[in-house]
Amino acid sequence: MSTACSLLQVAGEHDREFSMSDYEGARARWCSGCGDHSVLASMQRLLADENLPPEQTVFVSGIGCSSRFPHYMSTYGFHGIHGRALPLATGVKLNRPDLNVFVVMGDGDCVSIGAGHWIHAIRYNVDMVALLLDNQIYGMTKKQTSPTTPQGYVSNTQPQGSWLPPINPVVATLGITNASFVAQTAEWIPAHLFATLQAAHRHPGFSFVRVLQRCPHFTPDMFGDAPKNPDSVQLLVHEDGIDIKALESRYEDRVRHDPSDLDAARRIAQNEDKVRIGILYRNASLSTYEETRRVSSQTAAEKVAILNEELDRHAI
Amino acid sequence: MTTRLPMLEPDAPQVPELETLETSSHTVEVVSDPGEGAQRCGQLFGTVCAKMGNGVWTVEIIPSEVQPPPRDPNAASGNRIRIGSGPISNWGDRTNLVVAFNEQVLMYRHRLGALEDDAVILLENRWADHQDEDIQAEWRAALEELSGTNYRIIEVPMHEVCAKLVEDPTLGKNMFALGMLAEIYGRDVDLVRKQIAFTFQKKSQAIIDRNYLMLDAGIDWARDHLDFRVHVPSVTTDESMVVMNGNQAIAMGAIASGMELAAMYPITPASSVSHHLGGIFQRFGGIIHQAEDEIAAAGVALGASYSGKVAFTITSGPGLALKTEFLGLAVMTEIPLVLVNVQRGGPSTGLPTKIEQSDLLAAMFGQPGDAPHVIIAPATIEECFHVMITARQIAETFRTLVMVLSDTNLATGVQPFPRPQLDVAWQAPSPDQSPIPENLRPYDWDPRTGLSRRFIPGQPGGMHTVTGLAHDEGSKVAYTSEINQRGSAMRSRKLAVLQHSLVAPTVNGDESGDLLLVGWGSTKGAIDEAVERARDAGLSVSNLHLRFLSPLEPGLKEIFGRFKKVMTIEINYSDDPEMPYITDENRRRGQLTWLLRAQTLCDVDCWTRVLGEPLRPGAIYDVIRANLPEGGPE
Repeated sequence: MSTACSLLQVAGEHDREFSMSDYEGARARWCSGCGDHSVLASMQRLLADENLPPEQTVFVSGIGCSSRFPHYMSTYGFHGIHGRALPLATGVKLNRPDLNVFVVMGDGDCVSIGAGHWIHAIRYNVDMVALLLDNQIYGMTKKQTSPTTPQGYVSNTQPQGSWLPPINPVVATLGITNASFVAQTAEWIPAHLFATLQAAHRHPGFSFVRVLQRCPHFTPDMFGDAPKNPDSVQLLVHEDGIDIKALESRYEDRVRHDPSDLDAARRIAQNEDKVRIGILYRNASLSTYEETRRVSSQTAAEKVAILNEELDRHAI
Repeated sequence: MTTRLPMLEPDAPQVPELETLETSSHTVEVVSDPGEGAQRCGQLFGTVCAKMGNGVWTVEIIPSEVQPPPRDPNAASGNRIRIGSGPISNWGDRTNLVVAFNEQVLMYRHRLGALEDDAVILLENRWADHQDEDIQAEWRAALEELSGTNYRIIEVPMHEVCAKLVEDPTLGKNMFALGMLAEIYGRDVDLVRKQIAFTFQKKSQAIIDRNYLMLDAGIDWARDHLDFRVHVPSVTTDESMVVMNGNQAIAMGAIASGMELAAMYPITPASSVSHHLGGIFQRFGGIIHQAEDEIAAAGVALGASYSGKVAFTITSGPGLALKTEFLGLAVMTEIPLVLVNVQRGGPSTGLPTKIEQSDLLAAMFGQPGDAPHVIIAPATIEECFHVMITARQIAETFRTLVMVLSDTNLATGVQPFPRPQLDVAWQAPSPDQSPIPENLRPYDWDPRTGLSRRFIPGQPGGMHTVTGLAHDEGSKVAYTSEINQRGSAMRSRKLAVLQHSLVAPTVNGDESGDLLLVGWGSTKGAIDEAVERARDAGLSVSNLHLRFLSPLEPGLKEIFGRFKKVMTIEINYSDDPEMPYITDENRRRGQLTWLLRAQTLCDVDCWTRVLGEPLRPGAIYDVIRANLPEGGPE
């Protein structure tokens, strides 16, 4: 993209060059081996690659391990409340379409307590990147079952094993009106993660990315053997999607998938026998909410004049 | 007494002998089944009266359902309009003249005690010989019940007359009623027609013409059949006036304050603020966002405020409860935010369409943790306009949450007030996008005032993460023991600073005496009127009315000390001290009473009611008498 970038160039920002260190905030306090570290590094690399001015970029999060993310960046950040990052981000972007907005949520945040906002954010189609860092467990509150926890998985709240089958967030997203960009990637494949973040950022609309993310402390065994065994991973490749030559030698199971094919995307997402990563769906033709709601700004004096007209209608 | 007027031949009207009542105040109400247009009729009549220079106060009579079964006394719908020669500040006591579309809605008003003993009732009489015998029986029973009253009931063949003019008289019969009122009160017919055209501007000309036809029929019928008129002289003023309801005033005030984003979720009785904004906000570069729920509405408003101009969210009690966590976040992050709560009856779904002032303590203490913020309650419809400008400015200056507590009485009441002389300085400046000086931190609290400069995204050098976690001056998560104490003190200090900038409230009446009444919100007019009546009767009573509830206005303890007794008058629940088990220790008092007792250590008493209706000056007058030493002089 992006509209924001091109606007900024007009504003003379093109002569500033940013490096990864320009985006580094406080030292991350996640556990050693936590997948969030990988996402943070990829994100800092993306911002440097795209040369996004830190002051024009806002990271919004909810509550949970992954929601500490904005603190570890050196952009503007809004560490909000549990499940409600998306309404905050919607407000930011609606008021300031010139800002680059990224949202970082966990699976409890997005798929449980904030599920209503998630569904409606897809429908609003506000131009932002929404990351679901899905470790399939509540980590910060110490290993409670989340809506994406596999059935039968033992946790502190369901020691007999999770009673219910999990929600598949990608299937759910693909089912919502106005779904605009839906991708799945894994934090243990940095090249794929980076390419996915880049595509999401460049997409004009609400870009939903589910990042499969390991929690070494509570759920080191999630995603089966996929983190270690490339044969358990299938790459969805396409010239309009993600196709990384460097991954070909390691990941032999590659399937061509055209991201414009919504029906195929839904079929693929539903099939959970393997970890499938790639861009499932992309449609850049949908109008964004901030475009739909765009209004022309008025000066204070103009507003007074128009308000006086309105008052005339109520005059005695 | 029932007067069944003889039906006259249209070509041979016998114009009755006229008697004109001269009065400085008169109250009329129009009641029907929902959907028959009594509210529209009442609103039009009230607006016309205001435009003719009368003081006006209107109150909606409104059921919760859109189209409940017909002839259901509990579903009566309509409008009550009090007009006067001077300014009218409240809905008054009881109704002098009623137009009722059926006897069941009339009985509802009668049983509520809403009508004066000698009220004149214009009653649709098509039910007397209705083909349904049950309805006939209901009619006879109702009139039998009313036969013991002193009402003057005049049967009006509204349906019959209208049926001769249009195919379906149920549509437009309200304009016939408006015609009768126009004739009775001597309204300027051109003005009435103009107002009809304005109200129905989005409808076809055929509909407007049909309404004119019915209006004329009502005027003609009243002229030919009614033997009385009411004259409420108007006082002409040079001051330019506008007329609107409180929710319209809030919408316009928000625009005047320069706010450009409102987020809401539909809820009665707050929604009409957004209806009004929905029609016009875009012209001002404003966006009204209908969110997926109340929580999201608060979040969108807070996110918008964070990124620039102050935004606002609009709700009622149940929505206030849902927004709670975001409100705490606004306080903790010190992001300016304005919340409008148009109060209704509670708890839970409560009385969705009726007035109560029961959200004060929830508004003040509803957020877990210590979350100091500002609460302002407008007392009049005019104040609904101006409060939004004040709220925006305080939110911005003090980096705080400001709650505006309106209520159903203000929201739906229509009242004329001096036209605001708009000022560009009322509007928020464009968000600061200049670089942040080095070494300045996002919460560099002035240790005396707690005030600090807000950083807005886009400002180079200001990058930081705001957080709901306890944090230090740099917005860094607090890991040492003193930071939370310091942050709490700084957020709280701002209220004390604001309180120092407020002036002590004005006492209406003598500065000292036997009894002081204290009110807040929409009850001001009724309390003022009751106190004036009492003072005219020689009673030693004064009153004061609070706008700022948090922080409380200064000087209260000193003022209270000058009166033998102080009590609040409120529309929320308090225990009657005479009831079983109720003692001075366990008595639950009015919501403002709690605050005043806690803050002043004065023994403040209260009189409160939750009848789902505004307070009547007559009832407050009785309270004054009952609470004076020995009942005061006779």
